[in-house]
Amino acid sequence: MLAMKNLAAISMALALAIPLGACKGSDKDKGAGGGGSGEAGGSGGGASSGTIKIVSSLPRTGSGNAVSGAMVNGIRLALAEAKNKAGAFTIVYEDWDDASAKKGDWDPEVEAANADKAVKDPNVMAYIGTYNSGAAKISMPVLNRAGLVMISPGNTYSGLTKPGMGESNEPDIYRPSGKLGFFRVVPADDLQGAMGARWMKQLGAKTVYVLDARDLYGRGIADVFEQTAGDIGLRVVGREGIDPRAQEYKSVMTKIKATNPDFVYFGGTTQNNAGQVAKDMLAVGLTAKLMAPDGCFDSAFIQASGAENLNGRTFITFGGVPPDKLTGLGATFVKNYRAAYGKDPEAYGVYGYVAAQVAIAAIAKAGSKDREAIRAAVEAYKTEDSALGPFSFDKNGDTTMAVMSGNEVKEGKFEFKTLLSNE
Amino acid sequence: METFAQQIILGLVNGMVFALIALGYTMVYGILELINFAHGDLFMLASFLALTLVGMLGLDAASSGASLAIAIPGIIVICVVFAGGLNWVVDRLVYRPLRGAPKLAPLVSAIGVSFMFMNLGLFWGGLPMDVFGHGTAAAAPKGFPDLLPGTNLLGDSSLRITVKDLVVVLSSLAVMLGLFLFVTRTRLGKAMRATAQNPTAARLMGIDVDRVIGATFLMGGALAGFAAVIYGLYINTIHFQMGYQNGLYAFTAAVLGGIGNIPGAVLGGLVIGLLRALSDQYVGAQWQQAVLFGILIAILVFRPQGLFGSTAREKV
Repeated sequence: MLAMKNLAAISMALALAIPLGACKGSDKDKGAGGGGSGEAGGSGGGASSGTIKIVSSLPRTGSGNAVSGAMVNGIRLALAEAKNKAGAFTIVYEDWDDASAKKGDWDPEVEAANADKAVKDPNVMAYIGTYNSGAAKISMPVLNRAGLVMISPGNTYSGLTKPGMGESNEPDIYRPSGKLGFFRVVPADDLQGAMGARWMKQLGAKTVYVLDARDLYGRGIADVFEQTAGDIGLRVVGREGIDPRAQEYKSVMTKIKATNPDFVYFGGTTQNNAGQVAKDMLAVGLTAKLMAPDGCFDSAFIQASGAENLNGRTFITFGGVPPDKLTGLGATFVKNYRAAYGKDPEAYGVYGYVAAQVAIAAIAKAGSKDREAIRAAVEAYKTEDSALGPFSFDKNGDTTMAVMSGNEVKEGKFEFKTLLSNE
Repeated sequence: METFAQQIILGLVNGMVFALIALGYTMVYGILELINFAHGDLFMLASFLALTLVGMLGLDAASSGASLAIAIPGIIVICVVFAGGLNWVVDRLVYRPLRGAPKLAPLVSAIGVSFMFMNLGLFWGGLPMDVFGHGTAAAAPKGFPDLLPGTNLLGDSSLRITVKDLVVVLSSLAVMLGLFLFVTRTRLGKAMRATAQNPTAARLMGIDVDRVIGATFLMGGALAGFAAVIYGLYINTIHFQMGYQNGLYAFTAAVLGGIGNIPGAVLGGLVIGLLRALSDQYVGAQWQQAVLFGILIAILVFRPQGLFGSTAREKV
């Protein structure tokens, strides 16, 4: 038994030694050798010129492709504007698909294979992706262990980066190396709670009753909402968690009616029975307005509620900015995008563009074909102006830029009302 | 005080709806000792049929009173026939061949039927109809148009008893009374009671037990069909998974009232409705189910046979 254990240990050591040895043989490839790359890079340093590869892993098959196409176009535009150069390096870009025809959506197997392929390719120095938070959960630990930086244009699930916002083992489970490796240029879900509170105050509310659907998403957002409301002097007159499977909420609404709030905030999604919440407010004669996060930003919410029950009294926050509301460099981006591709970018196009710009700037600043140096450069990234305005990354790897949109339901449709910021 | 009164009203109206569903449970259990898990899902399917009909007829909150006065009874009749017929067919195809089998066999079959109905509901919700959101989100809750007026009968008072509440309560009471009279006064009702008491003796007395059981499923299903339309009109949201929660409440109402007992099921439904409302008001919505089922357990500990149940209903 003992002998077998030893044998296993020896063969494992050999298996590890071979790629490391191969890595040492070629100076050019240094810092890209699987498990030990972080340390190796830190001590050695890579080449200072040559070719560097940036890859993206986004759903290119099935329904996600419309959004992914805009992100890929954004990445290509950023590279074209940089003339495919980052410092002394020539940048090569590869557009990888993390979806499969079988699933018609992102596929865990494909995403795992992409992450593996990126880690093993010594020329890959930055990984842009993913769009789906579920896919990010798969590739994040793999890339992190290899010290390969990941820049996300689309993941909004809070637990990917923020301690205490997701499961108890998040986000540490995604950081086996102990260092940050995942950075996102798109604001996380929980910010919607904070921005919702500020927007509500701007809309003239003095008091609010907070409801949540008692799940990860809704409760997290409602917690942040309640905290922010307290900070800015919007009085929270009550807080309740409701059963998203309950038949109706007239009793809760009657209770709320007695407190006479200006607004009801619902942390939850259409699937959490948001439509019933909207209806039962009116059914008991509660005239307060309703605000909800982007889990209700879909036409199914309007169908479930009945448009006549929402018109003019329902406000929804959304974690993105519609392209036609971008200003400054953002407007320039939209203009250039239109010139290059002959159409308007979808909402996420600009995030693909900015993610690529971050990668290019970090490679140029690192000045070395070394994953750790480039990762550190992304961590230290700071811009005074971009298509999304000035931003850097905070201690969790989240963008400090926080601009979202506020929408109102009018005549059975969502209508853009205002840009929201966390100031 | 006013809030208290309001919660009592809400509790009673909601309880009425639970009671309607509970009746179908209690009838089938009373006669077969089968917990028909598919009952809640049958109710769900009938509500999808009701919404489909509402969509086909183009009814909405703005429809005229006269057209609604014709259309709603028509929809009720179609849903009652559909649900009653479907329940009868399920009994004929699934439960009847298992009549002599151990009690667990039909129980597990009922769970199977429940899942089949639920999947059928999911498929139904994906139909490309306006009322189903053009089929873009099959699993999403579906809005049921607010066809009954929410006008407050008490005028400007902040205490609300709406026309809608009244329609729900009166029509449910009428159906319950009719059912009660049917079971106590007609020959078939008498045969049902006899079969419930002792199927073997009933058969010896010349009662066609299978026919009586079939009729019981038919009536239980018809009640689910009626409940489905009332639910749609009152709650205004339907969902392919709603059969589970409603079935659970209805089953609990039936047990609380004394399973197999028709007035008991109505009382059980009302008690559940009231407890729900009062616990939301005075304890907190997140504790609704804990409070509700805690009290129910306490009641059953002291009255295991349920509120109206008879203690010794022997089965040979």
